[in-house]
Amino acid sequence: MTQLENFKHSIQMGLITGAIVLSACLIGIVESFDQRDVISEILSLGQVMLYIAAPIIAFIVAQKQKSVVNRVIHGVLSGAVAAVPTFLLILLSLWWTSIRDAFVNVSPALIEIITVQNPEAPVIGGLTLIALFAGLSLIGIGATFLSKPIRQALMNGLGWTMIVGLMTEILVNVLRPRLSRETMDWLFGRSGINLTPALILVVGLTLYYYWWAQGGKEQSAKFRENLPPPVRTWGGRTLWLLLVPIVMILPSFLGVYLTEILNIVGLYILMGLGLNIAVGLAGLLDLGYVTNFAVGAYLMAIFTSSSEYGLTDPFSFWTALPICILAAMFTGFIFALPVLRMRGDYLAIATMGFGEIIRVLARSDAMAWLIGGAQGILEIPKASIGGSMASIFGSILSPINNFLAQWDLFILQVDGGQIIFGKPPQLFYLVILACLLMLFVSRRLNESATGRRWMAIREDEDVAAAMGINTTNAKVVAFTLSAASGGLAGAIFAAKLGSIYPTSFQLLISINVLSLIIVGGIGSLPGVVVGALALIGIPELLREFAEFRLLFYGVALIVMMLVRPEGLWPSEAQRRELSSDHGNLSQPNATGV
Amino acid sequence: MSQRLNYIDVVLWLLRIGIIGIVLWGTFAKLFLGVGNDYSVGNWIDFFISGLSQGSLYALIALGYTMVYGVLFMINFAHGEFFMAGAMTTTVLVALPLEEAGYINEFPFLSLLAIFITAMLVSVGVALLTERIAYRPLRRAPRLVPLITAIGASFFWQYFFRGLYGSSLVPFPEFDIFDGKYDFGFFDIQKTDVVVLGMSLLMLVGLQLLVQHTKMGLAIRAVAEDKDAATLMGIDVDRTITMTFAVGAAMAGVAGVLFAIVFRQLNFIMGFTPGIKAFTAAVVGGIGSIPGAAIGGLFLGIIEAVGPPLFLEGLGIPGSHQLKDVIAFTMLVLVLIFRPQGIIGEVLSEKKA
Repeated sequence: MTQLENFKHSIQMGLITGAIVLSACLIGIVESFDQRDVISEILSLGQVMLYIAAPIIAFIVAQKQKSVVNRVIHGVLSGAVAAVPTFLLILLSLWWTSIRDAFVNVSPALIEIITVQNPEAPVIGGLTLIALFAGLSLIGIGATFLSKPIRQALMNGLGWTMIVGLMTEILVNVLRPRLSRETMDWLFGRSGINLTPALILVVGLTLYYYWWAQGGKEQSAKFRENLPPPVRTWGGRTLWLLLVPIVMILPSFLGVYLTEILNIVGLYILMGLGLNIAVGLAGLLDLGYVTNFAVGAYLMAIFTSSSEYGLTDPFSFWTALPICILAAMFTGFIFALPVLRMRGDYLAIATMGFGEIIRVLARSDAMAWLIGGAQGILEIPKASIGGSMASIFGSILSPINNFLAQWDLFILQVDGGQIIFGKPPQLFYLVILACLLMLFVSRRLNESATGRRWMAIREDEDVAAAMGINTTNAKVVAFTLSAASGGLAGAIFAAKLGSIYPTSFQLLISINVLSLIIVGGIGSLPGVVVGALALIGIPELLREFAEFRLLFYGVALIVMMLVRPEGLWPSEAQRRELSSDHGNLSQPNATGV
Repeated sequence: MSQRLNYIDVVLWLLRIGIIGIVLWGTFAKLFLGVGNDYSVGNWIDFFISGLSQGSLYALIALGYTMVYGVLFMINFAHGEFFMAGAMTTTVLVALPLEEAGYINEFPFLSLLAIFITAMLVSVGVALLTERIAYRPLRRAPRLVPLITAIGASFFWQYFFRGLYGSSLVPFPEFDIFDGKYDFGFFDIQKTDVVVLGMSLLMLVGLQLLVQHTKMGLAIRAVAEDKDAATLMGIDVDRTITMTFAVGAAMAGVAGVLFAIVFRQLNFIMGFTPGIKAFTAAVVGGIGSIPGAAIGGLFLGIIEAVGPPLFLEGLGIPGSHQLKDVIAFTMLVLVLIFRPQGIIGEVLSEKKA
């Protein structure tokens, strides 16, 4: 490349970055994330999102240059150019005073951020922004001189510190009753962590990651291998067993709000595990999964509600639950029959069509006599255990609760001879039980002959049929079993909310569930859990995200497919397949076979 | 592929007979037993014409689906968003300022020209960005992968434009020239319907000429037939695919403005339902075929408009007009099940089966 082309390239890259920065400003991300601090009163998430562009693009551009001078020139150039579109926005807002009529998010607050807190002199402020971007790009340029392991360790350290900063509110909630006031004041500011602990965190995490990359991984593996055999096996098992009490006290430890989020995540894990059977194992892209969820929820409502749409003699939650699951399976079966012969994208669109039909029907007057139309069904009782079962549970639970009370902790509580799964900390146990059950079932299915048949169909349907697999039956079974978990989630959902409306059963649910299994790693059970925590949990935690949640979903789906199609936590089979695809022959096969 | 189990066939036959039975019984009950409201001939013509105008909108959007499917064999799930992007942007940035300045009724044709051109440019821009980022790198990936990125792109654009222009409804300005109707005695036609029909017809004919009689059209057809052979003939496949996206998106932009003229209320979610319906239209007509998209669009529009008062009301279903989406989606599923090649598309689906 000639010198001129080099400059053109740097400016081009800068402008592309600038366009992204400008979009982030225009659609309101920068402004609404400015309200959440990463480091108390010094750095907000909005500022991070705005300023991070400069070092990143400077790094990318500078990396291509050899000499130090060129790196600095091109890096600073592209970094500064990245601020130019935003600067133009400032100029535009001066000339076009009613810009907010068109672009609703160009608010005074945004102008204040992009003029670097200098809204009275916007042009000077804008120039400051350009200068700031140029200055920040030096960080990116500096990073090109570091060796790769150090750089990666540093990135990990900064990244995790930022996440900890974002989670401040939760950490404060959890830690306040357990730490002294002085410690809390030292750790956390009014919003976000304080600078000193943040720096300590960055340094510590960076060192840890560096050590881990420079042989720490091998060292710890060797340490584990050198333990005497009984310690090794029993140590591992004890760690797993320790998880049980930790999970049991989780709700009281985390508090009502976080437990509620965990419950929502749990419901999505349930649905994700179900959909995973169809999409992950059998390779049937089902975009109408919400149907099963709706069937479970509506049947639970009809069987247990004491309103006019319920039975005259309502069932209990526990009687209705198996009916809901069976009904969802039946729906899955019925809907599977006509679409079985389709493949790939046609199947996806047809199932989406089913989902939409169900939603429109649920909302319409035509079905209102049965399921209440747009008004939905109210007065669904909470799930509860009463009678002798409750007293048996009570006699087991109350000593544990009394014991835990000294740390302000508790587990499932028996209240007036009844266990009511109403409040989030109580419902948590129901959700986690359902999740564990489904995890167990999915795991067994994964390893069963049926599971292997599904995987064969996923890889190549014609070959599977040629191998003597009855593909029709296997697919019907996949759809049917996949629906069960959706029905279970729906039933719990109905009992959790106490009232259901057709608006709860949008296509969005199907997309959410599909996204989480893709982001987690198609076909991988831990992937479902990770995906649900990442896609459902994090947006629930960061309420500013709510408005942009689907924007980030979209980005996550695209980026995931482009960069990491195997997902965050891929299944063992996928991992092996992908590593063999890359022709990684120099390293011996990890499984040793 | 031979099936060992025939219960699927039994189910499919039952489904066929059931659907035909329902439609026939509903129609019979409506026409001869007089169930539901009593409609005059003029009413029926009204239903038909509104269906025709709605259907021509579907047809315009469906072109984008069908052309992209023709060359790439992928369902461009984000196409409805291209439609929305053009309509929203032109309304907020061109139409409303023009209205404020009073130009809308002073220079209606120039204003319309500006509105249409902006919409087309924005739709094309959004489409090309999507193609470049979300589709092109994945051209060799399994077919489900671009479908997933398309879903992602769809959500991204919806919420991107929601962020830009807000989530409230944006009104499209009222044009005096579109106000009123033509009276034909026992029925009348809204001027907006005439505009929509005329404009759609113009675009369809123009596109057909473009594809059949220009170098670019030849390249598009060649790429649709066989990408590798097209490359050997010296056709720049990437560029042709880009052009295909651009042409489809331009049609979506025009459809967006027409939609705005008819419904006059826009928001960021407006692309979803028309997008799905248009996809249905493309499938009904035979995906991959341009005349198919036109026929499918009109067919779907008419069925949607005439179906609820005809056979749904005949079955005695309350609030039958709420169920027009059910008719569209049912048709989508039925066509996918029974005739995935659509009304006139045959060759393409054979190739891709």
